[in-house]
Amino acid sequence: MKVRSSIFASLCLILEVLGIALFLRGFFPVPIKSSFSSKSKLSDLPAEPFTGSSPNSSKLPDPLFKRVVIMLIDALREDFVFGSNGRNDMPYTRHLVERGSTHSFVAKARAPTVTMPRIKALTTGSIPGFIDVVMNLNSPALLEDNLIWQAKAAGKRMVFYGDDTWIKLFPKHFMEYDGTTSFFVSDYTEVDNNVTRHLDSTLRRDDWDILILHFLGLDHIGHISGPHSSLIQPKLLEMDDILKKIHGSLILKEAEGTLPYLLVLCGDHGMSETGSHGGSSEHEVNTPLVLISPAFKRKAGMEKPSTVEQVDLAPTLALGLGLPISQNSVGRLIQPVAEEASLRDQLRFLHVNGHQLGCLLKDSTPAYEKEVGYEQFRVAEKSHGNWLKLMVEGNTSEVLTNMGKKVLKQYLEALRAMSAALSKQLGRYDMYSMVVGMVLVFQLLLLLLLAMPEALSSASLVDLPVSSALLSLPFYLLCLLLSSVHVLVCTSAESSCYFCSLSWGLVFGVVALSSALLCILVAMGARRLSLGSMSSGKSPARGGGGWSLSELDILLLVGTAGHTLSLAASSFVEEEHQVWYFLLNTLCLAVFQDVCRKYFRERRANAGQVGSLEDEDQDEMASPLADLGVTDMGSERWLALVTPLFTLVCCRLLRSFNQTGVQWAHLPDLGHWLNSSEHKVVLSVVTTMSLILIYFLVQRRCSWVSKIALALGLLGVFSYRAAVGNVMFPWQHGSRNLSKGTVEARFVYVFVLGILFTGSKDLLRSQVITTDARLKSRGLWEIYSGVVLLVSLLFRAHNLPVLCCCLLVQTLMAQFIWKKLHYDAAQTTIMHYWFGQAFFYFQGNSNSIATVDISVGFVGLETYVESLAVFLTALSTYAGPLLWAAHLVCYLSSENRSSVAVGHGCYCLALLRSVPMAAYVVLVTALRYHLFIWSVFSPKLMYESMHTLLTAAICLFFTTMEQSRSSSRL
Amino acid sequence: MWDQEIRQMASSHAIMASGVFMATVVPAVLVPGFSVYGTHLLWLYSVAGSVAVVNITLFWLLGVSPPTKKHTLTYKVSKLVRSCLYLFLSCLFFHTVVVLYGAPLLETALETFSLAVLLTSLTTLRCVCVLGPNVQAWIRVFSRHGAMSVWDTSLQMVVGCSVVGAWLGAFPIPLDWDRPWQVWPVSCSLGAVIGYLTGLVVAPTWIHWHRKHLTYKSK
Ligand SMILES: [Zn+2]
Ligand SMILES: [Zn+2]
Repeated sequence: MKVRSSIFASLCLILEVLGIALFLRGFFPVPIKSSFSSKSKLSDLPAEPFTGSSPNSSKLPDPLFKRVVIMLIDALREDFVFGSNGRNDMPYTRHLVERGSTHSFVAKARAPTVTMPRIKALTTGSIPGFIDVVMNLNSPALLEDNLIWQAKAAGKRMVFYGDDTWIKLFPKHFMEYDGTTSFFVSDYTEVDNNVTRHLDSTLRRDDWDILILHFLGLDHIGHISGPHSSLIQPKLLEMDDILKKIHGSLILKEAEGTLPYLLVLCGDHGMSETGSHGGSSEHEVNTPLVLISPAFKRKAGMEKPSTVEQVDLAPTLALGLGLPISQNSVGRLIQPVAEEASLRDQLRFLHVNGHQLGCLLKDSTPAYEKEVGYEQFRVAEKSHGNWLKLMVEGNTSEVLTNMGKKVLKQYLEALRAMSAALSKQLGRYDMYSMVVGMVLVFQLLLLLLLAMPEALSSASLVDLPVSSALLSLPFYLLCLLLSSVHVLVCTSAESSCYFCSLSWGLVFGVVALSSALLCILVAMGARRLSLGSMSSGKSPARGGGGWSLSELDILLLVGTAGHTLSLAASSFVEEEHQVWYFLLNTLCLAVFQDVCRKYFRERRANAGQVGSLEDEDQDEMASPLADLGVTDMGSERWLALVTPLFTLVCCRLLRSFNQTGVQWAHLPDLGHWLNSSEHKVVLSVVTTMSLILIYFLVQRRCSWVSKIALALGLLGVFSYRAAVGNVMFPWQHGSRNLSKGTVEARFVYVFVLGILFTGSKDLLRSQVITTDARLKSRGLWEIYSGVVLLVSLLFRAHNLPVLCCCLLVQTLMAQFIWKKLHYDAAQTTIMHYWFGQAFFYFQGNSNSIATVDISVGFVGLETYVESLAVFLTALSTYAGPLLWAAHLVCYLSSENRSSVAVGHGCYCLALLRSVPMAAYVVLVTALRYHLFIWSVFSPKLMYESMHTLLTAAICLFFTTMEQSRSSSRL
Repeated sequence: MWDQEIRQMASSHAIMASGVFMATVVPAVLVPGFSVYGTHLLWLYSVAGSVAVVNITLFWLLGVSPPTKKHTLTYKVSKLVRSCLYLFLSCLFFHTVVVLYGAPLLETALETFSLAVLLTSLTTLRCVCVLGPNVQAWIRVFSRHGAMSVWDTSLQMVVGCSVVGAWLGAFPIPLDWDRPWQVWPVSCSLGAVIGYLTGLVVAPTWIHWHRKHLTYKSK
């Protein structure tokens, strides 16, 4: 089957997007959420199960503790306390663990063992996924139901000292706080002193109920020198002293007749043997959990601490403080804590916990009634009711106690089963779906690579052996094999898996697609090999010599490969803009060298009259029109020489417009300078100039209708900015009342739609009625100018110069470089792609989610419309790559280009996107336990996937353009 | 055919390379507290100076540079002045390029300019020595198939390697390792010098291997 390379490329990209979607679904499992978005309330609590008719209370039993102190030591490993060195390193804690009234556990954390998700787990009792971060894009605060919120709602007064992640997660929740940033890892004394200095005064006071302390020093020492460093012991001793101090003051404050205190010592995650964390090795996952309270029985000696889940702390604390359990908690009550309470209260606690888990199970699993845990819970609830009835009737026999103990055991069993069923769906990478997605992506990448010689040939046709593949025996065998593998994996997997839960039809579709791709790949590979051997047999002299690469080609290839490799380092992901700026600069210099070579060597040939190199120039010298021709050529020459230099200067200027990345993001930049209120006049002038320049750059190839629309639209943009208060009108002096600018923005939208409509009308006409190439290129240009108008509305005022530079560089490069130096479609496409990437960062984006400008989603809208907001945000975020791709279409399909240029461009674009995407998918899978998986690699994965989706759409547009060309030929 | 010339080149390159080593070792012995990272600029000037001295002496002794037609004093002086001017211009050129690549405009101007001086001594100086202060000839040599002698080819290689070395040297800068060699411009100048040394080794070797296929247009 012969397919045009543009169609082939778009098809590959679309299938790749599907593969990526599957991968993403496996990589970011959808979190289990209760269907109610509100927080749990005390009034929602179930009544005590009672089979009798008397009214029963739906109240919680009285709280167990009055005050709670949570001492969280970052990266506190289990063996720092419970291990053999614990006796020397933390003597007081160890004494309490062995002889005091305490309960000790090993709390298992889940991967990623990184601070922020662990804090979420500790406070919500759920296992957070990265998808939560994306969902809560517009606020770093924790919106989910959590312990801190519940405590605040119940009027508890909280004090917090330590890692400022807490303050970001829970703004306005603490009565008093002092945050410490964990940015400077080399500092391990100041971070803890910042916490300790408040301790004495706070402990002396009585006006708080919950005190949370988060010590970062130990984690920093781990990062600097590992868990066996000599710095560890002094730090642990320091922590031990702090614990002793807190414990001592809590004992002093303890008054007769009030509820006891609770002191919790815990770690958010452990520390690997190299001192880092993030993965799921034993040392990173196991953290100590020591609960100290006079309410507990005294210990007689060291026992081996039993294992609990980290998420169990949240429901335990909630019940201990008399608060409702957070909705999405999958933890269960740590039963020994409530041991000393009455049996009725104990059962009540377990019932409440079970009810909450049951609700969550109901929301997350369709067949919840068949779950073992749920059935057990129902049974336990029933016997609980019977027990209560007997108790209320006044029965106090031994039988009743035994029965109660039995109910307790039933409850514990049920809780364990339900909690296990819930956490099975959570916080794990769904490797099977990931692998399937990855395989698809890779097959498509290989297909694209194998088809390269055909796709870039002058015919631009790819010969896909589809029918022979589909009719071959290996195809059916592969289908069978893969299906059986699927059945095998899905029946044996103990955790839930998205790909297994898909319907059979879909799964079979994917299986068939994958095996067909494999067959096609093999067939094409074989053909390539045989062709290669044949051609080398025919002409051994030419073998491999057909590809002579210029320096520019080498740069383009090396740059693309180098950028792909650089994604493996977290710093390069954070500072990716540096890589692109660097490559772009080098590109401009290489182009400059090319221009020099072309024009200077020629000039030398005429001037020196020595070489006999370029004949045409000598003819020109001799011709009567020489004067005119030379000056014409001369000015063009100079413009061509200046263009790359101008681009270089432009890029240097744009670089200082928006500082992005991580390391240098805090440096002052022009964007901030322009946005400060005292430079409003400058910003207004700059905005005006940019808008005017944009108009002149875009209007040249539009019809007069669109010219007017464009002018009015740009005027609308300015008045929108003025209405919002970014810039001011020259005649307006006093401060006018600010509006949302809805009217002005809608005014611009009308013109955008108008221009787009005119453009598509022209395109349609060129396609259907006439076969006018000029009409078509005008239509394309109009669509391009519509996009420009929309982007100029969405861009912040200080970013308009960036847009302006983008258009200027495009115009100059197209005019003097790409056309004049006869770069082929592939080279031009790669250059466009590089420029697009660089402009993505020039406009202030980065690879962290924080730089996505969500306010764009509200431009011209009265209320929040999700689909529109998402569309506008994506458009403005990817404006750079989009504008360059749009320019590429216009440039490649302009009149005097060869007809296959669009196909080549489309293919190159698809390939350029597939290479980093496929590499990144593998990288992210390999690095899934990396310390920065959430903060660096996952956001980048989202950006890459979104970019691929966008490129697929662009390639489709390319395809329609090419189709109209070929049909107009007929 | 060119065996003698190649041997000549190999030995002169060995002397140049040892010059770089001496420039690193000798001050380390003589100057207290001298180190490549700690007193980086000092090292940089020492290397640039030694490269300049060795280059000028060697090429003057070898007599590779194009034969001059006139021997008058004024012609020689004007040539010398032009050479100096070109060297200074090339410093400015490298400085500008480095700033365009993203070096801060004002804060680290001294460091940037020192790097430009080093690059000039590694590249432009050799051009001046081999080809004389003649921009046309420079452009010819750096065009495709522009080399006219063994020395031209080696010039291409050494200059290319130095520049590529400096280019590659910029890559570690964004990494968050906090190493002393990530400070601007240490990695770039190190890269340039390492590239220069590589070029010194590669050029004679490559020419030796390809001596059968090498053909030059007549001078
Ligand atoms: Zn931590
Ligand atoms: Zn850490």
